[in-house]
Amino acid sequence: MKYLEEYRDPTLARRLLAELAAVATRPWHLMEVCGGQTHTLVRQGIDELLPAGIRMIHGPGCPVCVTPVGVIDRALELAARPGLVFTSFGDMLRVPGTSTSLLRIKASGGDVRVVYSPADAVRMAAAEPDRQVVFLAVGFETTAPANAAAVLLAESLGLANFSMLVSHVLVPPAITAILEDPECLIDGFLAAGHVCAVMGYTEYEPLAARYRVPLVVTGFEPLDLLEGILMAVRQLESGRHEVENQYARAVRRDGNKAAQDTIRRVFRVADKDWRGIGTIPDSGLVLAPEYERFDAWKRFPAGPRPPEPASECVAGQILTGLKVPTGCPAYGTRCTPRHPLGAPMVSSEGTCAAFHSAGRIAPPLMTSTEGPLS
Amino acid sequence: MCLAIPGRLESVEPADPFPVGTADFGGVRKQVCLAFVPEAAVGDYVLVHVGFAIGVIDEQEALRTLTVLRAMGDVIETELAGGPS
Repeated sequence: MKYLEEYRDPTLARRLLAELAAVATRPWHLMEVCGGQTHTLVRQGIDELLPAGIRMIHGPGCPVCVTPVGVIDRALELAARPGLVFTSFGDMLRVPGTSTSLLRIKASGGDVRVVYSPADAVRMAAAEPDRQVVFLAVGFETTAPANAAAVLLAESLGLANFSMLVSHVLVPPAITAILEDPECLIDGFLAAGHVCAVMGYTEYEPLAARYRVPLVVTGFEPLDLLEGILMAVRQLESGRHEVENQYARAVRRDGNKAAQDTIRRVFRVADKDWRGIGTIPDSGLVLAPEYERFDAWKRFPAGPRPPEPASECVAGQILTGLKVPTGCPAYGTRCTPRHPLGAPMVSSEGTCAAFHSAGRIAPPLMTSTEGPLS
Repeated sequence: MCLAIPGRLESVEPADPFPVGTADFGGVRKQVCLAFVPEAAVGDYVLVHVGFAIGVIDEQEALRTLTVLRAMGDVIETELAGGPS
């Protein structure tokens, strides 16, 4: 497809790797924020082809992974209600809540439907006016305009049976939280291209200046990622810390104003809990007061919440780049994509699932130089 | 989840509350909401996420990125081949 295949050319990729090897003189740690970028880096093995010392740290940009258990449990409780239609993007279905998942509720008779677009959920509500339709609205800034527009669509249709369970997160406050961590090792960031297609990148300019880190707005194809890495390393090698735009074919500095206006009309910024990380101030979106009638949190009174059981999942350290999946004792044994202990093993964009599907194995606990036949 | 795919806009229709269009994704056609790209015209490539166009691909920038990459590659090839520096 046009604008995708050209950016997968292996000859140009090799040349970019050669240029990177020529430019890099010392080790650098770069974080790609977006789970879609993690998926491409790991699936294509790009992170393992980089020159020695250039290490990619995989960031928290997977909405499936950072949605709190409390939200999943609320979704599960609603999905199990007789007569209610619960709609969600497909990758939320296997996320484990405290005791079950949407997929298991669907298997036991709950009306859980996968939608491609939030507008599809609104159309279902219009087609079935005697049933309550709830949409699980998760995502980063990329998805926020679509979810906001779905609320406006429901309003224009006068629907009283559509509501949203909103759990929206924002990238810049998460980057700030990562940079504020005293254990932070990250020298530079690849900012998520599609988040910036919506929001632009002016929000990142004060971060680059304050924390003296390069931030390169980067696309999703292999050549985009390699060029973004090269641009960040060039900045680091020359002592610069600026916001640069590798993904200029899709991202303008000011982003998409119409999309931003729609987000601002329907949502307001609020503190947000991130699964595995904790609460980050002003890092989420909730429905604005004028649209609270579409808020599933308010429409359906909450039952008591079961306590969250202890888990050996180290998702928080994975999401902030302090641990790699292959360093987790449960990885690939007690925790697999079929039986995930935590969210990063669920979505293909989760770091653990990306590692697992690429066949990355944990290093042996003890190494022996002697093989059985030697 | 932040996946967005470029598709070629084949038709644009006014609709309430948002304009819609049909986009072609390498042979697969889908309806796309154009609420956020009022400037998009037939023939443009729109970047589509969960059924909504979030931007129009800038063809000049797309070409420029590839030109830069190809030119940089040529310089390296010349160097690797021991050619003039």
